Amino acid sequence: MEIFWYIIIAIVLAVFFVLDGYDFGAGIVHLFFAKTEKDKEVISKSAGLFWDSNEVWLVAGGGMLFMAFPTFYASVFSGFYLPLIIVLWLVMFRAIGLELRGQFKYQMWKDIWDKSFGVSSLLLALFFGIALGNIMRGVNLGGIENGTALYEKHFFFLPLWDSSFSPLSETPGVIDWFTIVIGVITVVTLTIHGANWVVLKTRSSINEKLKTIILNLNIILLILTMISLYIWYTINPNSFTNFIDKPYLIIFPIIYFAGIAGLFFIKSLKKEIHGFILSTAIIIGGITSSLAAIYPVILPSTNDVNESLTIYNTSSTEYGLSVALNWGILGFVLLFVYMIVQKRLMGGKIDKMDYGH
Amino acid sequence: MILYDRLQFAFTITFHYIFPQLTMGLSLLIVYFKWRYLASKVDKYNDAAKFFMKIFAINFTMGVITGIPMEFQFGTNWAKFSELTGNIIGQTLAMEGMFSFFLESSFLVLFLFGEKLMGQKLHFLTGFLVFLGSWASGYFILATNAWMQNPVGYEIVENGKYVLEHFSALFSNPWLIPAFLHNQVASIVTSSFVVASIGAFYLLRNKNEEHGKLFLKTGLVVGFVASVLLAMPTGDWNAKNVAKYQPASFAAMEGIFETEKAGAEIVLIGQPNMVEKKLDNKIAVPNVLSFLTYQDWSKQIPGMDQFNPKQLPTNVPGLYYSYHIMVGLGTIFIGIFGLALIFLWRKRLFSFRPLLWVIMFLVPFPYIANLTGWYVAELGRQPYLVYGLLKTSEGISPTVSSGNTLFTLLGFVGIYLLLGVLFLLLIGKVIYYGPRSLKH
Ligand code: HDD
Ligand code: HEM
Ligand code: HEM
Repeated sequence: MEIFWYIIIAIVLAVFFVLDGYDFGAGIVHLFFAKTEKDKEVISKSAGLFWDSNEVWLVAGGGMLFMAFPTFYASVFSGFYLPLIIVLWLVMFRAIGLELRGQFKYQMWKDIWDKSFGVSSLLLALFFGIALGNIMRGVNLGGIENGTALYEKHFFFLPLWDSSFSPLSETPGVIDWFTIVIGVITVVTLTIHGANWVVLKTRSSINEKLKTIILNLNIILLILTMISLYIWYTINPNSFTNFIDKPYLIIFPIIYFAGIAGLFFIKSLKKEIHGFILSTAIIIGGITSSLAAIYPVILPSTNDVNESLTIYNTSSTEYGLSVALNWGILGFVLLFVYMIVQKRLMGGKIDKMDYGH
Repeated sequence: MILYDRLQFAFTITFHYIFPQLTMGLSLLIVYFKWRYLASKVDKYNDAAKFFMKIFAINFTMGVITGIPMEFQFGTNWAKFSELTGNIIGQTLAMEGMFSFFLESSFLVLFLFGEKLMGQKLHFLTGFLVFLGSWASGYFILATNAWMQNPVGYEIVENGKYVLEHFSALFSNPWLIPAFLHNQVASIVTSSFVVASIGAFYLLRNKNEEHGKLFLKTGLVVGFVASVLLAMPTGDWNAKNVAKYQPASFAAMEGIFETEKAGAEIVLIGQPNMVEKKLDNKIAVPNVLSFLTYQDWSKQIPGMDQFNPKQLPTNVPGLYYSYHIMVGLGTIFIGIFGLALIFLWRKRLFSFRPLLWVIMFLVPFPYIANLTGWYVAELGRQPYLVYGLLKTSEGISPTVSSGNTLFTLLGFVGIYLLLGVLFLLLIGKVIYYGPRSLKH
């Protein structure tokens, strides 16, 4: 039952990153590459129409995490207190930017909200990546300092950084050079994804240029991935043993690398949607590979005193998880119905859609 | 310092609740307008539905923006509480995400942008689904809160965690239905005030008069019915529940310091004096409280002197004033709506400007009544986080220092200030352009 909910939550979070990922990415594209007013407008529209229905996935994922793994939820959310609250603020700024830019016709007004949308999208992608990096690296559970525990064994508190910025330090912070690399990988991935989305959804004048950009970013992504794998192996030589013990898990990294390989042919793809599917594969493959590598651990411990948090020692009761399954299935069925209805009515390029202003 | 955690929660939830309390009621009125349009094909009803959907959408967005921090705060600031009770309240919170937020947000987009694509009947249906989603949201949140007010269906396991024993008990909690109905009716009151006051504004400015009259009339009629339902029976039910399940809070909110021999009096006015343990400048009617609560003029009701001081709510004056403000405003609302209806019936309302001014400026008061109502519920629950089981002080995050909480509290205050100003600007703009501007 734990495994089941773990998979569901992983799927919900992956869907969140695929969906909200494209509007984060659109924000980054908007920040760096959109020059004309018309392009800025359609790109922010391509995100603005959908962000709140996308963000629901985050809310739903959070709720399910709370229900299924309350100890993990409590530990991680209080342990990453500051970065998490900063993420919440950025989410707000982004939403404000998106909702407000079209409201008044003054150029200065638009510029302010454009920047707030772009910068907060960029920072959010970076922070989400850093969060993933922290989960991969692990934390000092129990707050062990000089052999004594500061907290109960499943709680911790990370400073934003440790003066050495090293993942190998005894008390690593949220930001170190390993998590930064993962953060940058996330930014690059989501930029590619967002660019694919813009190409798919709009007729902006930079669509052709974006394909070249995707190609270049793709090379960077491949290099960074290799570097991160090497660092990860250095920090924790056991990182890849899961793939040896359970060879079928290899499917996840294959999805990831297939996405990257496919994108090298971006310019010769027949349909725009194919590019989007490939970057979706990168995101899904990346998240699932990271999770598969540490499974069944969900938060590794960096000290030898306290055991890592796993899906078994943080979960709710069997009864709670199984009643939730009953309503969960119903909920998912309903959800897919809504999605089909919505996509059928909202397909196509958004340039032509009546945005109601 | 737990104080900062509490202030942060109180501040963020107060700000959040400004928005859903309008959207829940407004979605019902929008469905009504759209339905009238389908039945009569008179354009002004469709204009009204679309106009208020714009206002709805802005409030909804603010609800989402301020709601996301709410959900995560359970983990960030109340980690111990989350760990111990997540097995139970996680259920209702996750159900809220699954059954209401998805529904509401998927169909809101369709309602806003899809009228031409879908045709009128489907457009009505999407409006109805938005309404359903927003009420479901309220339902699940109140189920969560009801469990904290009156825990049921749980079991305590060896490591001190509360785990679910009967899922259905969460929904048959006797606290839930009265609280839900009262809360939803209160949100209808807020939205009818908003609708009526926008109507009054248009009439006073001699602008959009046809729409103004529709808004005013609808708002007043719905508002009157809802205000009456708010006091009787739903407010009364809630009061009986508090008397039964949280007798110490009941004594505090009614301002009963000493237990009387027979029937308890109802306090109309008075200021709690915590040093001398009495009410100053009291005006009270004997025996009425006993009658209202138990339909028995002489039934004894325990006062605060009967309880262990450790179980009394920590902020008695706050609780007492909040309760009296809510009830006082509720009474005034019935009066104002009733008076306006008499004018409406005599066909004098639309030209009687003083009353229009009053209606227009009353709009903050339903918000105040709603928020003070929640303060009654939340302050009355003190000193417990889960009534009778878990103290508030035992629920906070063990690892987060007060410096960090103060920092984030200040951050939220700053951002919400900005958000509030922008919100008013946007709403002002929609009201200024009016329902006519929606036609292309
Ligand atoms: C427009 C707003 C409004 C108005 C006019 C009233 N209420 Fe109310 N009241 C609420 C809005 C509200 C609320 C915000 O919606 C609450 C908070 C929790 C809840 O479920 O509803 C609430 C809670 C609430 C409680 C429960 C407190 C607790 O949980 O400890 C009681 C006993 C009453 N109300 C009683 C009344 C009575 C007797 C009223 C007589 C007129 C009244 N309310 C008017
Ligand atoms: C809009 C409605 C609500 C308002 C205005 C409100 C208001 C408040 C206030 C003022 C406090 C601080 C209490 C104190 O300092 O003594 C508080 C605390 C709290 N409330 Fe609510 N609340 C609302 C709804 C809810 C709901 C629905 C839940 C549960 C899902 C909830 C959970 C909590 C928690 C966990 C605390 C912190 C612990 C505490 O200080 O009591 N609240 N709320
Ligand atoms: C009386 C208390 C509350 C009521 C009636 C209520 C109701 C609602 C409603 C109707 C919405 C939809 C947005 C809108 O229409 O404006 C909403 C949004 C939201 N609420 Fe609340 N809420 C309450 C308190 C809380 C609390 C305590 C939490 C924390 C768990 C919370 C979390 C959220 C979240 C996360 C959203 C955004 C949902 C989305 O992404 O669509 N709310 N709330």
